[in-house]
Amino acid sequence: MTIGRFRFMDAQRVNLDGFAVEDAELGLIAFDSPHDPAPSLVVHDGRVVEMDGKPERDFDVLDEFIARHGLDLAVAEEAMALDDTEYARLVVDPGVPRSEVVRLAAGMTPAKLARALGVLRPAELVIAMTKARARRTPSNQAHVTNRSDDPLLLAADAATAAAFGFREVETTVPVLGDAPSNAIAVSIGAAVGSPGVLVQCSVEEAMELEMGMRGLVSYAETVSLYGTEQIFVDGDDTPWSKAFLTSAYASRGIKMRVTSGGGAEALMGGAEGCSMFYLEARCVALARAIGSQGVQNGGIDSASVAGSVPRGVRSLMAENLMVMLRNLESCTGNDALMSESEVRRTSRTHPIFIGGSDFICSGFGSIQRYDNMFGPSQWNAEDIDDFLAMQRDWGVDGGLRTAAEPEVARLRRRAAEAVRDVYAHLGLGDLDDVWLEQAVDAAGSKDVPAADLMTPLSASRIIRDSGITMLDVVSALDELGYAVEAERLLAMLRARVEGDYLQTSAIFTEDMRVLSLVTDPNDYAGPGTGYSPTPERQHEIDAIRQQRSVGDLRSEQAGARDDSLRSTGPAGAGHDPREVVIGVSAAAGRALWTSLSGLAVTEILEELLAGLEEEGAVGRVVRVNDTVDLGWIGLTAARLSGSGIAIGLQAKGTALITRRDLPPLANLELYSVAPTVTRELYRQLGVNAARHAKGSTPEPTRNPYSDEAIEARYHTKVVSLVAIERSCVDSTLAPEDLELVSRS
Amino acid sequence: MTRSRSGTPVESLTLDALRRGELGADDVRIHPETLEHQAQVAEAHANPQLAANLRRAAELTGLADDEVLSIYDALRPRRSSYDELMALALSLESRGLALNAALIREAAEVYARRGMLR
Repeated sequence: MTIGRFRFMDAQRVNLDGFAVEDAELGLIAFDSPHDPAPSLVVHDGRVVEMDGKPERDFDVLDEFIARHGLDLAVAEEAMALDDTEYARLVVDPGVPRSEVVRLAAGMTPAKLARALGVLRPAELVIAMTKARARRTPSNQAHVTNRSDDPLLLAADAATAAAFGFREVETTVPVLGDAPSNAIAVSIGAAVGSPGVLVQCSVEEAMELEMGMRGLVSYAETVSLYGTEQIFVDGDDTPWSKAFLTSAYASRGIKMRVTSGGGAEALMGGAEGCSMFYLEARCVALARAIGSQGVQNGGIDSASVAGSVPRGVRSLMAENLMVMLRNLESCTGNDALMSESEVRRTSRTHPIFIGGSDFICSGFGSIQRYDNMFGPSQWNAEDIDDFLAMQRDWGVDGGLRTAAEPEVARLRRRAAEAVRDVYAHLGLGDLDDVWLEQAVDAAGSKDVPAADLMTPLSASRIIRDSGITMLDVVSALDELGYAVEAERLLAMLRARVEGDYLQTSAIFTEDMRVLSLVTDPNDYAGPGTGYSPTPERQHEIDAIRQQRSVGDLRSEQAGARDDSLRSTGPAGAGHDPREVVIGVSAAAGRALWTSLSGLAVTEILEELLAGLEEEGAVGRVVRVNDTVDLGWIGLTAARLSGSGIAIGLQAKGTALITRRDLPPLANLELYSVAPTVTRELYRQLGVNAARHAKGSTPEPTRNPYSDEAIEARYHTKVVSLVAIERSCVDSTLAPEDLELVSRS
Repeated sequence: MTRSRSGTPVESLTLDALRRGELGADDVRIHPETLEHQAQVAEAHANPQLAANLRRAAELTGLADDEVLSIYDALRPRRSSYDELMALALSLESRGLALNAALIREAAEVYARRGMLR
C-alpha cells in the first residue's frame, strides 16, 4: 500500500501528464541524439557535395532542397568553422547586432545551428529571443472556432478577439465543407472588431489556397513541413510542392507561413533515431530555403511529446529562436495544450512571454476550451484575464489589451447582425433573431441551442458553386449599411495589391500601417534599447478593467452611506463595572460604512452590543479620532471603559478585545482576517468581551481558516480603506460618544 | 505608384469605385512588378530565398487559379511521371515562367532519384 503522502501527490493534476524515459531510438530525445549527424559542409565549385555527414548522392529530399537553395555559401566557411559556444555567445551578447548573428546562421547547416543553440540555457534563450525576433513590436494570434461552425457566434467571437487585441485570427472547421462559411463569418467579425486583423482558415492545403485566391482569407499558415523524408511524403508533399505552394500564395499577394514543430516525427513513428531539435533544425532550414517568410513552430500539435522528455520544453523555445536566427517570422507555439497542470503550462509559456516574439501564441484559444476545434489551447478564453494580469505584472506587451463589457457587447451584436444581413443578402441562409440573440450573449456554443447546423454547410456550398469572392462580401456590407466594415475588408484586399505585408513578420496596425522586419525592425541592443510600449500602449497594458482606486472605493462606500451612527458629545470615563466600551475608528460611519466582509459597520455594532447584552454587560460606542491603529483604538476605549475591558473595531471589520493595563500591541482576542468574519463571530466576540469584564476566562474565538488567497483578494482594498481612515484622523479631537440610531 | 494586375492604381480601389461596378477580381490582384519590387526589398533585408520565392510568384500572377492549383497537385508525391513534369516545365518556360520551369525540372530529377514519380 502506497503511503498517504504519495497517494496525495499522485492525485495532483500534473500526474495526468505523460513523462517518457529518454529513448533515442524512438526519437524521444530533445537534444543531441547519438544518431544526430556531426555538422559538416563540403563545397566544390560552388556546389554542396556533402552536408552534415552525408555525401550528395545520399541526400534525401530535404537535404537536397536545403543544399541547393537554403545556404549562403559566401559565409558558410566562416560560419561552419565557428565554435558552437562562440556562436551561442554572439547570439546572447547584446553588443553583437542581430544582423551579424543572422548573417552567420545563413551559412550554417541544420546540424550546426542545432548544436550551437543547444548550448543556450533558459535565461540565455530569453535574452536571445528579445534580440533575435524580426519585428520590434510583439503580437499575438487567436483561435476563433466553435463546435457547430455557427457563423453568428464565429463573427461575435472574432470581433471579441479583435477587441482584446489579437492581430491574427485563425479559424478551422470540424466539418471540412463548412470552411468557406467560417472564413467569411470570421473575416466580417474581425473587421467589426478592428481594422487590419489578418484572418486564416486552416484546412487541407489545396482548399486553403483556393479560399485565399478568392480573398476569403488574408493569410495562410497550415503548410506543414516535417524533418524526415518519409514523414514529409506521408504528408502528401515534397519540398518542391511546398515551395510552389509558397509562391502560389505570394502570387495572389497573400501572406503565408509554414508549420513545423519538434516531436511531430516521433509521434508519427518516423524520427529515424534523431533528436527532436535536430529534425526541427531541418524543417527550419527548409522553411528558409523554400522562401517562406515565417514559421509557426514550438511543438504545435506535438508539444506534449516534446514536453514528455527531459529538456523538451527548453527545446520548444530553442526551435522558435532558431526561426528568428534564420531571419524569419516566428509564431512561437504555445498553441496545443501541453499539460493538465496550470503550473507546467504557465512555465512553458512564460520565458517566451517575457522575451517577446512576433506572435506569442500561434493560437491563443480566444474561445472556451470546448469550442476550440484545434483542441484546447495552451491559453484559452478561461485565461484571458490571467494573461492580461501577467502582462500588467511584468510590464510586458503580450499583444493583448483589456476590453470593456459594453464595448464588447456592442461589437458582438454588430458582428452577428452584419453576418446575418450579409448571409440573407447573398442568399446564403436566413438566420433568425432567437439564434442571433443567443450568439451575441453566448460565452460558448453550448449557449446557442438555436444554431442550425446545416446553415454553414449549405452556405459554403453556395459560396463555392456561385464563386462568391470577398469583393462580393464587401459590396454586400456596403449596400446593407456597414460601410465602415466594408472599407476595412476592402483595405485588406488593397493590401494584397500593395504587397508590403508579404515581407517578414508583417502585421497591420489599426491605421493599416504594416509593421514588419522592414518597417519595424527589432533593434534590441541591451538595456534601454529595443521595443518599449508607447505611453498609450502601456496604459492599455496597465489599465485592466478590474483595477480600483481609492476614489472608486469612496464612491462604492458612499453607496452604502447611512447616518445611523451619530455623535452625542465628548466621551468621558465610565464607572459602571459592567460597562464594555466599543471603540470604533475615525472613518466608521463617517466615510466608511461597509466592512470587508460585506457587513455594514452598524450591523457589526448591533451584533457586538447584542453579545454584550446576552452576558449582562452594558455596551457604549465611542469613536476614537486620533489614530488609525487598532491597538490604540482598543486601548483608548479600554481606558474609558468602566470594566477596563474594550472592543476595538476598524471600519474594515478588524476587531479585538483588550484591557486597559495591556501594552498597546497586546490584546485578549483578535479577528485579524476581517473579510471572513461573520455576524455570529462578532456576536461571540461581544459575549467574550462581557465574560472578560465579569472576570471569567472565555474560550477565545478564532479566525475562520481559509486556504484561499484572501490577502490577494483584499489587500488593495485595505490600502484604500486605511488611506480613508487616515484622512479622517484628527489628533486634536478627543473621543466622542456615539449613539446607534435604529434604522428600522 | 502601385498598380493592381489590371493596371488600376491602388488609390482607386475604393468603395465608390466598387459601387460604380468598376472593380473586378483582377483589380485586387497583385502586379508582377510589385512582386519584383518586394523581392528587391527582401534581398536588401538578408533574405535571398524570400526574394526568389517572390520572383517565382511574379511569374505565377499570369496563370489562372485552376492552373496554379493543378501545378501544385502535379508536384505532390507520385502524381506525375518524369516526362509529365518535364513537359509541364517546357510549357511554363515557353510562356515565360522560367523560374518555375527550373523548379519543376529540379523536382523531376530529385523525384526520379528518390522514387517519388508516378
